[in-house]
Parts: sequence; C-alpha cells; structure tokens
Amino acid sequence: MDIQSPLKIIQFIRGGELVSLANVPPSRTLLEVLREDLGLTGTKEGCGEGDCGACTVVLGQAEGGRMSYRAVNSCIKLAHSLDGQALWTVEDLVAADGSLHPAQEAMVQCHGSQCGFCTPGFVMSLFGMYQNYIAPTLPTACGSLPPEGAAAPADWQSQIRGPGLKGAGALAPKTNPITRELAQQDLSGNLCRCTGYRPILDAAQQMASLPPVKLDEASLLSKLELLAPTSHGLKTDLSYQAPRSLAALLEARAAHPEAQLVAGCTDVGLWVTKMHRQFDQVLDITQVQELRHVEHYPHHIAIGAAVTLSEAFAALVADRPQLQTFAARFAGLPVRNAGTLGGNVANGSPIGDSMPLLIALGASVVLMSVRAGQQVSREMPLEQLYTGYRKNLMAADEVLAWIKVPKPMLGEMLKVYKISKRYDDDISAVCLAVNLHVEDGKVVKTSIGAGGVAATPVRALQTEAALTGQPWALQTVQQAISILRAEFSPISDMRASGAYRSEVLGNLLQRFWLESQGLQQINLESFVLEEAA
Amino acid sequence: MNAREQAHNEGPVSRADNPSGPQLAVPPVTPPPGPQPPAHGAAGRSHKHESARAQVAGAATYVDDIAEVRGTLHAAPILSTVAHGRLRGVDTRAALAMPGVREVILAGDVPGDPLLATFVHDEPVFASSTVEHIGQVIGLVIAGSVMQARRAARRVLLDIDELPAILQVRDALKAENYVLPPVFVKRGDAAQALKSAPHTLSGQLEVGGQEHFYLEGQVAYVLPQEQNQWLVYSSTQHPGEVQHWVSHALGISNHAVRVECRRMGGGFGGKETQAGHLAVWAAIAANKLKCPVKLRLDRDDDFMVTGKRHPFAYDYSVGFDNSGRLHGLKLVMLANCGFSADLSGPVADRAIFHTDNAYFLEDVEIASYRCKTNTQSHTAFRGFGGPQGVVLIESILGDIARHLGLDPLDVRKHNLYGIDDRNVTHYQMKVEDNILAPLLSKLEQTSQYRRRREAISAWNAGSPVIKRGIAITPVKFGISFTATLFNQAGALVHVYTDGSVQVNHGGTEMGQGLNTKVAQIVADELGVAFEDVLATASDTSKIPNASATAASAGTDLNARAAQYAARNVRDNLAQFVSGLDNCGAGAVSFAGGKISSPKGSRPFPEVVRLAYANRIQLWSDGFYRTPKIHYDKTTLTGRPFYYFAYGAACTEVAIDTLTGESRVLKVDILHDVGTSINPAIDIGQIEGGFVQGMGWLTTEQLVWNDKGYLSTHAPSTYKIPATGDIPEHFKVDFWPEPNREDNVFGSKAVGEPPFMLAISVLEALKEAVAAARPGEVRLDAPATAENVLRALKA
Repeated sequence: MDIQSPLKIIQFIRGGELVSLANVPPSRTLLEVLREDLGLTGTKEGCGEGDCGACTVVLGQAEGGRMSYRAVNSCIKLAHSLDGQALWTVEDLVAADGSLHPAQEAMVQCHGSQCGFCTPGFVMSLFGMYQNYIAPTLPTACGSLPPEGAAAPADWQSQIRGPGLKGAGALAPKTNPITRELAQQDLSGNLCRCTGYRPILDAAQQMASLPPVKLDEASLLSKLELLAPTSHGLKTDLSYQAPRSLAALLEARAAHPEAQLVAGCTDVGLWVTKMHRQFDQVLDITQVQELRHVEHYPHHIAIGAAVTLSEAFAALVADRPQLQTFAARFAGLPVRNAGTLGGNVANGSPIGDSMPLLIALGASVVLMSVRAGQQVSREMPLEQLYTGYRKNLMAADEVLAWIKVPKPMLGEMLKVYKISKRYDDDISAVCLAVNLHVEDGKVVKTSIGAGGVAATPVRALQTEAALTGQPWALQTVQQAISILRAEFSPISDMRASGAYRSEVLGNLLQRFWLESQGLQQINLESFVLEEAA
Repeated sequence: MNAREQAHNEGPVSRADNPSGPQLAVPPVTPPPGPQPPAHGAAGRSHKHESARAQVAGAATYVDDIAEVRGTLHAAPILSTVAHGRLRGVDTRAALAMPGVREVILAGDVPGDPLLATFVHDEPVFASSTVEHIGQVIGLVIAGSVMQARRAARRVLLDIDELPAILQVRDALKAENYVLPPVFVKRGDAAQALKSAPHTLSGQLEVGGQEHFYLEGQVAYVLPQEQNQWLVYSSTQHPGEVQHWVSHALGISNHAVRVECRRMGGGFGGKETQAGHLAVWAAIAANKLKCPVKLRLDRDDDFMVTGKRHPFAYDYSVGFDNSGRLHGLKLVMLANCGFSADLSGPVADRAIFHTDNAYFLEDVEIASYRCKTNTQSHTAFRGFGGPQGVVLIESILGDIARHLGLDPLDVRKHNLYGIDDRNVTHYQMKVEDNILAPLLSKLEQTSQYRRRREAISAWNAGSPVIKRGIAITPVKFGISFTATLFNQAGALVHVYTDGSVQVNHGGTEMGQGLNTKVAQIVADELGVAFEDVLATASDTSKIPNASATAASAGTDLNARAAQYAARNVRDNLAQFVSGLDNCGAGAVSFAGGKISSPKGSRPFPEVVRLAYANRIQLWSDGFYRTPKIHYDKTTLTGRPFYYFAYGAACTEVAIDTLTGESRVLKVDILHDVGTSINPAIDIGQIEGGFVQGMGWLTTEQLVWNDKGYLSTHAPSTYKIPATGDIPEHFKVDFWPEPNREDNVFGSKAVGEPPFMLAISVLEALKEAVAAARPGEVRLDAPATAENVLRALKA
C-alpha cells in the first residue's frame, strides 16, 4: 500500500467534543496518539503490554439505546479502533471550575496516590466503576437519562458478580454498590508499587458518598449516533477496515487475506509495541454486528467472535456459576473489557486460559468464509483447531466466527483450576478443566482440557479413557492421576518447571476427587477464614 | 483506634477555602514526652500529598511529560545478546538505513572517561571490547521518534565471540570471581561456641532478587545549553550524582551540568545509581548530535538493562541451648552482585550489619562474598541489604524453634537485645534505644497471637489439604548512611513579598511524601499554613552536592536542613519585629499565619512586606549533618547509625498442600515512626513497604535461563502484588513514643524498615509447611507455589 495516500479519518467524542484525526497509521496505538499527537500526557505508559493499567482510559459506546462504559488499556489498543466511540482520559474528569470527579476526589481523600504514576490509570478504572455501578443509582435530576436508566449496566455486570449482587440498578441509592471484593476484582488490572492498595480500595468504596457527578448521556448518545455508521471513511482506504456486517467481513477477508485480523488487540497490540511489527492493512472484526452477541439456543450458546471476554465469561458464568472466580482471575478487567473470547481461541496460545475450559465444556468453533460468492462454514471441536504452537487449521480466507458451548447437562461435574504465581491477572503455569458426568456411580462421559502442559491447549484423551466407564472411586482416580501426570511432557520455563507442572496436574485431579466427595475448604480460591474480621 | 483510623480522623480545618473540603487531619499520634506540634501546626497531621490533586488530574509532570523542545531526538539502547563475550564488531548499516534514524552512538563517541564515574570505577559507559551480561548497553540508536529508534536498535548486528559465563553465585564463589574483596566480621569465638552448644543446626538458604518495578521506567532528557552547558531532566534519586557522572563522561566541569527532578514515578533504590546511566547515555548522544535527546526505556529493556535487589545465598551453622538461645553463629553470605560493583559493597555491608536484626549475637563469624556473575549489576533496593540479613536470622530462629518444639515467638523474645547487658552489636555499637521487648509483647497481645496459634494448630489437625501458619517477626533497622559523609543535607527557604514561601532541598520526591513533610516542618517554623509553602523541584543549581535520597534518611536530613533555613529567616523577622515593638527577639512568636509580640499581632505577609522595605534578608540556606555517627570502614566497627527504627508484624497465611499455592489471610503491624510528621504518609510507607516485601518473598521471581537471559522481563511474567493479594484484615498501629534521639519533630525514618515486616509472611508460610510435615523447613524465597510444594516434600 502506498502510505502516502490519505488514511481513514478517525472520529470520536472526547469530553463531549468531536475529535477528528487524519493520517494515523494503522499500527499506531491509542496511547501514542494521546501522548504524542494530542499532547495528553496525563495517561501514562507503564509497560506497553496491557499488564499494569497505567494507561487505562474509558470508552463509551451506545448499546441498545444506552451508554456502556469500559475501562481499557490504551497502550495496546490501535487508535483506529476508537472510531465511532466516546473516550475519556484522566484530563476529562476535572470539571471546568477545577473540581474533581468523585473518582479523583476519593483518591485524594484516601491518600491513594504516592508517586502518582499509576494514579491516572486507577482513576480511570474507578471512573469506569463509577459509571457502571454508581451513576445508575443516582436520581435522574436533569432528565438526561431515560426512565429505565437505573438499569443501565449490561447483564454481564450483574451476572459476573454472582448471587450476592443483583446488579447496580436493583440497589437502593443509599446502598454502596461497590464492595471491597468488587473493588479488588475491577482494579486487578491496575498495578501500584507504592501504596499496597488499601487506600485505593478505600477510595473505590468512598466514591459513592461524595457529591455525585452525572454525564449527559442523552447528548452523548445523539453525538455518537451522528458518528455511526462510519460514513466518513474513504472508500479507497484499505489500511484499517472495520466492517459492520458479517458479509462485509468475509468479503474483506477473502479480498485481503494478508491483512492482519484483529479483535480486541490484547495480544496483537504486543506484536506492535514489543515485536515492533507494523501492518499495512488491518481488518478489525469488532464492529461486525452479527458477531457482537451471545446467542442462546436450547442446547448450546453461540458466542460471537467480537464478544469481549467480560461478556463471554458472563454468559458462561450464567450457565455455570462455579466459573465465576475463574472468570474474574482471567487477566485484568481492562484486558477482559477489550479482548475477545474469539481472539483468545484463534490465537491458540498454549497458556491461554479459556481453551482448557472450552475443551472441557465440549465447545466447538465455527470458521466462516466466502467462496465463489457463497458463505461457507465448517465446525470442529475446539481442540482440533490447533496443529502446533500457535498454528491452526484456519485458511487464509477464513474467520473464526462463533464459539459454540453446550449447555450444562444434569449431573455434570465441572471444575476448572488455575495455578499461577499471582492470584489475579496472571497467566497459568498449569490450567486444568475437568468435566465429568457420573451416573449411578459410574463415569459415563469425560472431557478434560489442560493448558501449560504442551505446545497447544490440549485434551487429556488418555486420562479421559482411563476414567470413562469406570466407577467414580478412589482407585479409578488414583490410576487416572498417574496417567494424567504421564500424558504430557510439559516444558520448564519462567512460570514453573516441567516436573512441577506434571505433578500438580495430578494433584489437581485429586482435588477434583476430594471436592466431588464433598470436602470443603480445600481450595484457597474459595477459602474463607471464619474468624477474619 | 488504630493508626489508620487516626490518619483518617477529622482534625482542625487548616484552610477554609480548600476546594476539596475540609482537610482530614489529626492530632499527633504520640503523647508527651517529646517535641509537641504547635497547637495549630501543620506537622503531626495527615496533610494530603502535596501533589495529590495534580496526580489524580493527570496534571503532575514526569520527565516524559515535559513538553519537548523543537528538534528533540529519541534514543533506544543496543543490548548485548550474549552473557559474556568478546565484542568483535558492530554493524550499524541496516539500522542507519531505517526510517527516521539519525545516528548510532557507540563507545568511541564518549568524549570523557570511557568508564562511568561509579565508586569503584569498573563499569564502561558503553561496552566496547567485552560484553558481560545479556542486556548490557553497547550503544544507542538515535531517531526522530521513540519507535523508530527502538525498531532500528534491533537491526544493529553484533559480532560477539562467546566466552564462558558465570551465572550462579556458587560458581562465582568457586572461581573466586568477585566484584570486591570478601569481608569478614567476627566477635567472640563462634567455632568454640558451636562446639560447646547443646544443639546445632546447619543449612543453606537462597533468597531471590527483586525488580524495582517503579511504574515510571527509567528516563532522561538532555538539552544542550549555550557554551557547552547542559540541562538534564532525570528521574533520579540522586541528581548530584547524575550531574557528576554526566560531566565526567563529557569531560567537563560539574558546574556546567544542571540536573532537575521534580518527581519520580517511584524509585525504591532503583533510581539511585541506575538513573545516572540513562542520563550519561542521552548526554553523549546529545553532545554528538548537538540537539536535545530523550532516552526512555521500554519496560522490557528496563528489566534487561538495570540492576535489581541482590539475590543472596547462605551457608550457616548455628549453636543453641534448650531454650533456643543462640550460642554461636557461623555464616557465609554470598551476594550475587552481577557484573560490576555498583553499590554492592555497602549493600553487602548492610546485610552484615542486619544479620543480628533484633538479636544479640555473642559469638559470631560472618564471611561476606561479593560475587561477580554475568548478569545485570545489582543495586540499591529498599532496605539495601538489610532485608537479606534479617531474612536469614529469622529463618534460623524459626528453625531452631521447630527443632526444639518451641513457639518461635518465645525463641525470638529469648534472643532479643538486652537493655543493660547483651546490648552491643557485632559491629560494636551499643543499642541505646531498644524498645523490642515491650513492642513485641504489645503486638503479641493486640494480635491475640497465642490464642490464634493454638486455634490454628487445632484447625490444622482437622484440615487435610489447607494448612495455616502464623508468625510474628520484629525489625530493628539502623538509620543513617553507613558511609558517614553522606549524612549531610542542605536546603533553601525563600519568603516572597506576598508572604508565600518556597522551599527547596537536596532530597527528591519519589512518592514517599518528602516534599509534603518538609513543607509541614517549614510551615510550622514560620507559623504559616501548609498551603502557603511550596516545595519545588530538586535542582543541582539550588542545592549542590546533595546525597542520594536513600537510606530512609530523606526527611531526617532534608526536613532538618529546611527547618534550619526557615529558622534563619524567622530569626531575621523576629529581630526586625523586636525592633519595631521594642521587645526581645525571643518574645516574638510565629503561629497561625501571624507574627506576634507582646505589643500585638500582625499578619505574616504584612511583616514580610515591612521587612522587605527595610532591607531584611527574606531567604536563607540551612545545613544539617547527623550527629554522633562514626564508623571505621576497615574493621566495620563504630556507630554507623544515629538510631534504630523498630517494628513487628504478625501475619497469618494458608497454604494448599496439593499445589503449594498460598494466601496471606491477616496482618497486624506495630511500627515505630517516633512522633509522626504525617500519619497518613507514614501508614502509606508501612503498608506499601510491607506489600512490596511480601511480593519479594512470595510472587516476585526473577528467572535467568541457562544462557543468562532474564526470562521474566515484563509484568506479564514478573508478578508484583495486585489488589487481590491484600488481606482484608490489614491493621497498622504506631508505637507511641518519640525518637529518643534529637531528630526532626521527634520522628523516625520510615522508608525502608517496614519492608522487613514482610519477613513474617515467609516465617508464617514455614509454620504452615511444618503443620503438614513437622521439623525444620527449608523454604527458599520467593515462596512460589513450586517452592512451597518442594518444601512440603523435603
């Protein structure tokens, strides 16, 4: 491509005002645009890989006639993906009279900043929480919200919190919707090296008690409506395409098989910042309307490839509440808010945590393409997608469109275990997902997915064979444990040694057995110290 | 009411028009005796960090945020890909052909000394003939943008003949490969004491290093000025050293280089010497190209280039009696220093000084080896070797207790320094301010340690998989630079004709609240409101020859110097008012924004205007040097420390015996900050230090592969604590007594000591392991799940 030709104009709403940017190369990150092009140095670069949260900004989109808000990492977000959305950076939260937003004021009051470098990122994550949990509880004094505005949070927000919290909309205004547990979960993608976090968690809980600040959502919605659909893009510019329909996506894919396909960009972003890759053409699937939903069928759900990890996990948790903790431990919130389940699966990293789970759930993937003018699709079990380290069966013109996950069956025993150095926002050394169906004391069906033990996410077929058809009894389990330990030859790396991985794989199956026998308080994930006060 | 509650308690409103509402402020935590804050003073209250409002608004400027001067170029480092080798050639052609690239800078471009002006003078500015670790900087690529420079830096081809590399500290010992000669410290007759002791234990321990992970990576921005003068913006804890290093490398006088640092996005020791490298590199490029050059390291490069906390390995033999009292200790400490000396000498010395921690070591023999390995050159990190001393003795005492079947707290208490006897350290300093016994007893009660220990033991008996453990460990940390000459500081206080006050001092602000505390002290000295005092950027042209902001001594030194500067101005004003009101200068008082004499009060600004009109000096310098300290570097004896800071923590943990995973469940801390100048800031240091120490000992694992490549070089692989690692029960109390030495406001230093409170986490983990399989426990740090499982199986 001739990069001298004018590139597509990026348009977004920032602080209520329309911003248009021309000539932004397709591989340029949002953080580079903010700091270097717009001089907005409040947003910081801490790591350039979406792992520290110093660069967190908040995006707003119209969804079903309401605004939805997501805190995301700007360092690994391609600037073009912002097109048509609303953006807030830390500079946007201070009112014209200089007064601070509750997200900022609470941080000041609680002594939540020391060196201050992580602070803008925390403030933006807090702002995201404010919009999602506190703003909907505020009275609609200025009439800027529709009457049902109080139920604004998308379903996933209430679902992912489990039964304890019914969703912010259901709360009485005087109840503080932000518990300490919620603050810990939603801030797990923001690192602070100074404070030890306690004052920041206090700040999260204090926001609701400060004088409220409301956004004029009606005005935002109307401004966003003017931006969509993207009519301002030059038809001739192919450097960054974000088609809005599945048909357009498949056509673009067929026409430009060399274009870099991106969804949430939470891994491809690192190819740019760390591997220094530059793309002539990017094909962004996140605006494809058909793929932005989870579809519900009698026997399965179908998760579109543009569905974020947050929303995808919410759908999985809705069917299987025991997955809630695992979902919350997957990366940090800004990554879950940007990354997609489809991207995680298509990427096929051997240490990606969603695949072992999906394999155990019996998930399949649907690959789509357009050939000879016809839409073509094929479906395969997830574990068959992978052919080697980060290699898969997808043809150059194919797109991973759907992930189909069977609904739980009666009698299903499903557990997923993750071993990592850090509890939150870490990649597994070992991940084991076990799905067992026991009838009349016999194992009738087994699916076991494992991560961190081979070059791809794998299914433990030998172990499954050792279990299936056998009585669900200690002897069977002991035998399966030794088979599971021998089934893979994991490597040693910075996360763990191969020997540890093999051993723990077996021990996790033992934990599964013990839990199936009703033992409680044997997993630190759910461990509760009764007398802790 | 614990200290945190006190810090959040409403206090007097210090300024009515504060837009953020009333200041949360508290009366001083400490009751009499000791220096008392003025009735309405600024010090002793939880003033917000002076930059808090700017920080939350994204308006606080860090080096990379400074608006760039036209023509600024950007640098990226060229890194060695080999741990040890002869560098035969550097092919820059492909890099120079890349878009935007202007120049490649190599060792030959250094106009001054090709060696950095480090203490030992053993480190090249740029590697030229040999490379000594993967990540060593060979040169820079200079380009129009950061990414252009970084892309091109990877296109530089290095021709390196590999040489055998020493990567393990024990291999370095075997090869007698040292950055500095070994040091031996001895008191009594350890060998005889071991021989006659009723019990002995011997063992090994390894404790890993730690990456600083300051959120703001290393950065320097160098601007050529007229007549071969230089302005350097550096994120540094030591502007004076940056100035010295840059002038040394450029071959010019110190006076031609001005270094400024408004604030750092975290330092933790990592920007004490390491910031100097960046500034020198950028300066050499700026010198060659005659234009401004900025060097900001990518996070991965920062990991690869800069030094960490020293990893340590130990061999020890210890003798003790039936009560667990120590009878003799023989210890070999191996400090893994990396490829050059840097600060390894004083770091390893401090490890020796803190091998006693809180305990009397009567017959002791310590051999300290400063081992050279082909890795990054390890450097200062909060505690500066102290943690590596303390962790060893705590580990030994825990094992002694487990060996004898005693409560580790009893063994610890039994070995504490005495008041009238057993009170001289192994480096011949008398411990005069010992509060260890009452401090431990108080924490033992408030944390309900004994009751909980029993309950945990009973609970463990019925828990097949999860085991819990609890431990109390104390800290006694020596305050002062062990190099006596560094214990000096200067400050300037300017009063302007509107009555506003500006203070500048030689310390640097890295988030620890130094500027806030200094402003509080100055405000009280002049009797003005905290908000009327502005602390400005550290600047070598304002305060020369300032020491690093390190050794926890930032406030002790700089707030005192600032207090003296303010006192000089105050004396001038008092003299002036005494003339006006015909009274003695001693009868003039400064408080509440007013200057009062027996004749009446005038607002501070009014007196200042009058004084100016009468040609009275309204600004002054102040200088402070720490009294009483002296230290013989050759024998490692004397009084290296002005005083000790004390503390103790009680930590409860749980482990999973199937996987080795662990969680910290409850933490209670009792810590000694003397009379707190700012309770909220001190709590921030205690909590933050504890959590950072917890990271060092649990999740933060540095892994070098068999080629010497650091494979944990980003937050994706190197895991500092996150929000979910903090226990819900995390309680901090202050010890209610002022510093017994005459220190500013009666306070004590607080930066480093709390870091070592986290050793209670490691000891609690060992107790949990022992609950699963009794006896001594070898648990190397960090206690990752894998290491805990290994300890369980041992």
